[in-house]
Amino acid sequence: MKKKVYLDYAATTPVEPQVFAAMEPFLKEKFGNPSSIHSWGQEARAAIDQSREQVANFLNCQPQEIIFTSCATESNNLALKGVIEAQKCHIIVSSIEHHGVLDTAKHLERTGAVEVTWLPVDKYGLVDPEDVKKAIKDNTALVSVGYINNEVGTIEPIAEIGKLLKSINNRVLFHTDAVQAIQFLDCDVQKLGVDLLSLSAHKFYGPKGVGVLYIRKGTPIIRQQDGGGQEHRMRAGTENVAGIVGLGAAIQSFAYAQDKLPAERVKKLRDKLIDGILAISGVQLTGHPEKRAPHIASFVVDGAEGEAMLLGLNREGIAASSGSACTTPLSKPSHVLIAMGISQELTHGSLRFSLGKQTTEQDIDYVLEKLPPIIERLREIAPK
Amino acid sequence: MKQFYSDKVLEHFENPRNIGSLPEGPDVGVGTVGNPICGDIMKIFIKVGKKDDEEYVEDVKVQTLGCGAAIATSSMATEMIKGKPLAEAEELSNQAVVEALDGLPEVKKHCSVLAAQAIKEAIEDYRQKNEN
Repeated sequence: MKKKVYLDYAATTPVEPQVFAAMEPFLKEKFGNPSSIHSWGQEARAAIDQSREQVANFLNCQPQEIIFTSCATESNNLALKGVIEAQKCHIIVSSIEHHGVLDTAKHLERTGAVEVTWLPVDKYGLVDPEDVKKAIKDNTALVSVGYINNEVGTIEPIAEIGKLLKSINNRVLFHTDAVQAIQFLDCDVQKLGVDLLSLSAHKFYGPKGVGVLYIRKGTPIIRQQDGGGQEHRMRAGTENVAGIVGLGAAIQSFAYAQDKLPAERVKKLRDKLIDGILAISGVQLTGHPEKRAPHIASFVVDGAEGEAMLLGLNREGIAASSGSACTTPLSKPSHVLIAMGISQELTHGSLRFSLGKQTTEQDIDYVLEKLPPIIERLREIAPK
Repeated sequence: MKQFYSDKVLEHFENPRNIGSLPEGPDVGVGTVGNPICGDIMKIFIKVGKKDDEEYVEDVKVQTLGCGAAIATSSMATEMIKGKPLAEAEELSNQAVVEALDGLPEVKKHCSVLAAQAIKEAIEDYRQKNEN
C-alpha cells in the first residue's frame, strides 16, 4: 500500500484507544439520559460528573464552572453573546481569531449590540498587551484573544493580558479560545487570569461534537440555548454522554505540568520540517519563529497556489491544509495572514502542516522528499 | 465515495495539456486574465493558421497559476480549441469546459470562467494586431 502521512492534526485528531474504550459503554449498554432518575440515568449522570471533575482539575477551577457544549465554536458563541446580553457595551477582539469568535463578534457588531475594537497584530501574528490597554473604554465588557492561532501557530501572551486586565479593573471579562493549546501549554485558568475559556475534544484525541466552556464563578452571562436545566442551567439539551466521557478521558492524558516530553518530541520534528521546507526557494515561515505552537509549521509559498499544492501532496498520500482563498468555501484570503501584513498575492500560497502523536521522523523525511518537486512543477506551469 | 473533483479534473491537473508559451509574432495572440477573488492568473497564447481562407487555431499554449480547477480548466479549454476554426474557438463557453471535465464543485465554478475569457482575449489580441 502507498505510504500515507497525516499532517493535519490542527484540523482534527484520531480518538485515542483508551478514550474510545471509556466512551464505548455509553454508546451501548449505559445509554441512559442523565436527567432520568432510574439507574440508567444515574449511571450517565455520574459519568458526566466525573468528566466535569477531570476537566476542572486540568483547568484548575471548580466543576461548577465547567459547561459542556457541542464544540469550541458553540463555547465561543455562548461566551461572547452570553456576556453581551447581560450588559450592552464595547468588546475588544483580536483580528486573527478563529471564525468561531470572529464571526460571533461580527454578528454582535451587525445587530448593534456592541461596538467592537479589532486588535491589530504584528507581522508574526502577536497581539501587544499595550494595544489591549489602549483599547479599553469605560463600557468595555469583554476581551477575547485566542491562546494559539490555528493557522500560523503563534502563542499569544494570555497570562500577560490577564494580569494587565486585572490591574486595570475587575469588570472587564477575559475570554480565550484555547483549542490548539490544551495539549502543549499551561491552561491553568488562575495563572492565565481568564474568566472564560473554550475548548473542543476532537483537537486533543477525543471525539468530535463535544466541547467545553469554562465560566468563572460570578461571571454575568445569559445562556444562548434555552430549554431544560442541564449544565447548571447554562446550556439546555440532553447531554452528549459518551462524548463528554470521551472528552474527560482525553484531557486526562495532557497533564501539562507533569509531562513536557510529548511537546519536546513534536517540536523537534516540527523544527526539522520547518528547516527542510525553508530550504526551498521563495518560501517563508508564517507566525512567530520562537513563540509558536510545538505542532504547527506554516508557510507561504511564492508562485504556487495552496489548493494545488494540497492536491499534489494528497496524491502522495500527505494530508495538510491551506488558508488559500481557493480552499475556503467563501473564497476569501485568510484574515489571519492579511492582518499580519502578508500580501494578498502571497496568501494564495499558504500551506500548513500540523503534527501529532503518531507523526514520525520518517513522515517528515517523506514530506521533505515529496514537497519540493510539487512546488517546482506548479511554478513551471505558471505564467513567468 | 463522491470526490470533490472528478477523475477528469484530477487527470488534467496531474498532466495538463499544452503548457508553455509561443514566440511573439503577427500570427500569435496573447490573452492574460486574472481572478482577484481566487488569485488565479491565466495566460493563453494562440497561433492562427489559414486553411482554405479560414482562420483556425494552429497551436495553443497556456500558463496558469492557480488552484486545481484553474489548472484543469485551462488544460481542457486549450485541448478543446486546438485545430478548430477561430470563430468556433471564440464561442467556447465555460459551461462547455465544465461539462467536458465531468463537472466542477459549485464553489469552483468561478474558476472556469477564466479559460474561456483568456481565449477570447487572445483572439481579440490577434485581431487587433492584424486590423490593417
